Order: sequence, then structure tokens, then C-alpha cells
Amino acid sequence: MSAPRFGAEPSKTTRNIILIITAIVFLTPILAMIQYTLRIGQPVKGVQTYGLQHYLDVFNPANESTYDPLFQGVQNSIVIAVFTVLIVLVLLLPTMILIELKFPQLRKILEFICLIPITIPTVVLVVGFIPAYQVVAQIFGSTPYTLAFAIGVIVLPYAFRPIAANLAAIDVTIMSEAARSLGASWASVLWRVILPNLRRGILSSVLLTVAVVLGEYTIASFLSQTTFQTALLLIQQTDPYVGVIFAVFALLFVFVLLVVISRAGTIRGPRPGGRRQGRLATSKAAVAGVPTSSRKGTVS
Amino acid sequence: MTATAAATVPQTTRGAGKTSRRRSAVWLGLTPFAIYVILFLAIPAGLAVGSGFFTSTGALTLANFSVLADPGIQKDFLNTIVVSAVTAIIGAILGALICFALLGTKPDGMIRTVIDSASSVLAQFGGVMLAFAFIATIGAEGLITQWLVSAGLVNNVFNSFAHNGVLIYQVVGLGVVYLYFQVPLMVIVFMPAISGLKATWGEANATLGGTRVTYWTKIAMPILAPAFFASVILLFANAFSSYATAAALISQGGLISLDIKTALVSETVIGKANTAGVEALAMVVVMVIVMVAYSALERRASRWRR
Repeated sequence: MSAPRFGAEPSKTTRNIILIITAIVFLTPILAMIQYTLRIGQPVKGVQTYGLQHYLDVFNPANESTYDPLFQGVQNSIVIAVFTVLIVLVLLLPTMILIELKFPQLRKILEFICLIPITIPTVVLVVGFIPAYQVVAQIFGSTPYTLAFAIGVIVLPYAFRPIAANLAAIDVTIMSEAARSLGASWASVLWRVILPNLRRGILSSVLLTVAVVLGEYTIASFLSQTTFQTALLLIQQTDPYVGVIFAVFALLFVFVLLVVISRAGTIRGPRPGGRRQGRLATSKAAVAGVPTSSRKGTVS
Repeated sequence: MTATAAATVPQTTRGAGKTSRRRSAVWLGLTPFAIYVILFLAIPAGLAVGSGFFTSTGALTLANFSVLADPGIQKDFLNTIVVSAVTAIIGAILGALICFALLGTKPDGMIRTVIDSASSVLAQFGGVMLAFAFIATIGAEGLITQWLVSAGLVNNVFNSFAHNGVLIYQVVGLGVVYLYFQVPLMVIVFMPAISGLKATWGEANATLGGTRVTYWTKIAMPILAPAFFASVILLFANAFSSYATAAALISQGGLISLDIKTALVSETVIGKANTAGVEALAMVVVMVIVMVAYSALERRASRWRR
């Protein structure tokens, strides 16, 4: 006999029914992908043979030329991810800390700028990136790595939120004043006080950035560069099985990455004062890249 | 907590008593990011929406806008809006149901962690890979399609939809695939709103003799309505601006984002100069309208979220 329910909570049965149906519907395409990768040849008289053939093909040196674009794409995407993370850490992060410490009145403007890429669809931005990259190509050459500049812009909303939420949850100004009054230089304030306190926000930002870069298709496609996603679509035409194998693993990889983010937000090192609740809620909005109103903005 | 943080800030900037020279040196710290944003956000965005106003030789013109009268473009524009709207509404309803089912589960618990992470993967990362998933599921040789064929339905809804071939290579099928990222996005954006329903409201309702039906119709639904519609708008914007999934499934035409690609590839066609710019501008106009509506609703919704 369950206790009487007053609020919005569903009964256990209702919850289980909805969640089980959801699980079945959303797992089916993933399982179908796995089943697809295990197929060998066409069904003979309605009987399909299964095996690891296509997985072995990936590592067969004889297929090297077929899969070369895919490995090239993965490699390019990883290098682009590294450069994009650098953009986040070298350009965005210091700016956010500086604004928090010295120009709090600019906070709303920074937030607005960082959320613009959500309002302007990527397909629209690439129309402008194409002429912009004719200049970029003259300076840096036409390498896939320069895509990091453009993807860094797309990443802004995702990278901004977790750090902003972390900044809102700690008081950087008081911390740095305390450290300064104890004789710390600005460098050691930054390195030993501020950054350690922001490590969770930074970690989430970096992991989300990596996820966005690995999933980025539009920019690479319009600028005719080979990245993981464009290579997937290319390989799909010659060997659909291998395309699907890589897709399944990429989806699982990013899923694990995001589980790590949310676990890092809850389990690791509970800070004294227990401000976890708010952090978690905002970092989830961050994953969605949703322009909810700034936490600090609600204070007038 | 945030109140104290924000309140101390003005004090310190005043109290620090910087000389104006130090101050301008600190301003310099903002320049690298500012330059980056100008070069890679402001200029490309300006080029994108501005290029529709110029001829291929650089003269100002409004002639490019005649492409908006093209029935093909209009149809694709309409398609995009319809697919986005329909998947936004269905996705919002299904996503809200899942959020409802998640009420009462521990926010840090395993179920929520898995669903949140899976939602993020599907909502943000999918693109091309979701297209693959559906090719493997309801494509011509997909798992479910093959089951139906072996069950005797040689021509079923998936492999010969509307006598026009495989469902997922058509705009309607694209909607099915879109739902696979719309529902998870709804779970992400609507969960904070629905978990903001306070237990005390339910108790107050019960004390005053209300039933669960009155709780939902008189309290929860009116409170959640702005957040729900804000989420619908966000889902619409999400589908409207998505490109990768469509590009992986439909090779040419059907959606406005695909038209932009076609226009850019065939830029040299005479009389079609800067068509992509016009289409881009049209997309931005829709997005701006949608986002203004979103922020209005979001402001309304946040009233109950304190």
C-alpha cells in the first residue's frame, strides 16, 4: 500500500511503464545499428548470418586505402578538438575570470555574445565562414586544423555555461582579495586560488567542447575539410558497415564522457558549504546549451 | 548565496581605487577574446546575412530577394517550418511525459544520470550518426523493415511510403528521425521546470479538498504552461537550424538548410548570385522572431522558479 500522493509525482507503475517504453523506443535504433554491423552478406532464404567480419575489416591492412579517409578524419577531429579546447582555455576562460573580477557590469554582454551561436544556425554562419576562410587559408594555409577557429565559435555556448555556473557558485572576488591581502601575487591568486576552484566547471567545458567538435559536421562539410563526421558520411557510400561501427562507438564514447561530467559534478570532492545543488542544475542546462537567464542576472 | 556574491562586487571595484592607467591596462586583457569574436563571429555573421544585399560584383541590390518568390524555395521553407513545428510539438509532449515519469527520482541517482547523459548525446551530438541509426532501423534494409518484410508485409510503411520509396529519405521520415533528438532535448530543457513544482502546492491542494485532477488542471499545468511553450519554441529552433541529419539522409532539396548548400555549390549560376545569403537571412529572421518569443516566455516561466 503506497502512501497517499498529493503532488505531481507519478505512481511507481506509471513511472515504470513510461520509462520502459522510452528505453525500448530509444534503444531500438542503437541495437539495430549493432545488429547491422554484425550482419554478413545478404540474408539467404530469410536467414541472416552474423559475425565479427566487419569489425575485423577495420583492422585489415588490405582495406587501408578504403578506410584511410576515416582514420584521417578521426585524427583531424582530435587535433581540431585540442585547438578548440585551447581557444576555450586561452581566450574564453581568462576573459570570463577577468570580467568576473574587474568588469562585472560586462557579464551580461559576455553571456549574450556566447549565446549568439545558438540563435544563428550553423548553416547560416558557414555562409559567412566561406569568405572568411579564404583569408584564413592565405594566412595559415588550407589545413583542417584552422576549422578550430570556426568551431570555437559554435562551442561558445557549451563552453561558457559550466564555467559561468561555477563562477556563480564561488565568490572569486572575495577569494582573490583574501589571497591578495595575504600577500599573494596575481599570478598565484590565479593559479593557486581561482583555477583550482573552477576545475569542475573547466572540466565540464572541456569535455563538452570535445563532444561538440567530434560531432561537428556542418562547418567541415561546407568548408570541404575531412573530419570525423564528413568522413563517416563518405565511408557510408563505400562501406556502410564500417560507418555504422564508428558511429556506434562514437555515440557510446560521448555518452560515457557525459556520464563522467555529471558524476564529476556530484561525487568528486564535495566542497564544504555544499553548493552542489545549484551547480548541478546549471551544468545540466549547459549540456543542453540552453539560454536560460543567468543565475546572477536574477539579482537586481 | 548569489545575492551576497553579486552585492559585494560593486563595492570592491569602487574600493579598489585603481588609477585610470592601471584600469586601461586591465581593459587590454579583454582584447584577445574581443578580436576573436569580431573575426570569427561578428564578421562571418555579418557576411552571411549581408551578402544577400549585394550582387556578385559588390553593388548593393535587392534583386537577390526574388529567389524568395521561387516556388521551390518557398516549398522548402514551408517544409522546414512544418517539420520543425510538428516535431517540436510531438517531441515536447513525449518529452514532458518522460519528465513527468522522472519526478521523484533522485536528481543524482543512476536513472537521472543515465537519462541526462543519453539525452545530451542524442540532442547535441547525433547529427550524421542518428541518420545512420535510422538507416539501420527503418531504412530499406533496416532491422524493423526486414522484420515486417519477413512477416509478409513486403511493401510496408517504411520501405514504400506514399508510393515514393523508403520513408527516411523523404521529409516525413526526416521528422521521425528528428524526434529522436527532439524528445531528448525536451527532457533536458523541461526537467528543471517540472522539478520546480513544489510539494507544498500539492499539499495545499489536498488540504483545500482538491484531487489530483484539480492539482494538474488548476495548479501544475498553468504554472508549467509558459515553460512548456518556451520549450516547444526551443525545439522548433533546434529542428529549424539543424543540418547534419538532413544532409546525411536527403541529398538534395526539401529543406531550406539543404538549399543553402545547393546555392553555395552552384554560386556561379548567373542570376543566382548570393542566393545563399538571402536564404540565410530568411533563416535568421525566423530564428530571431522565435528567440524573442522564447525569451519572453522564459521570463514568464522563471517567475515560479525562485
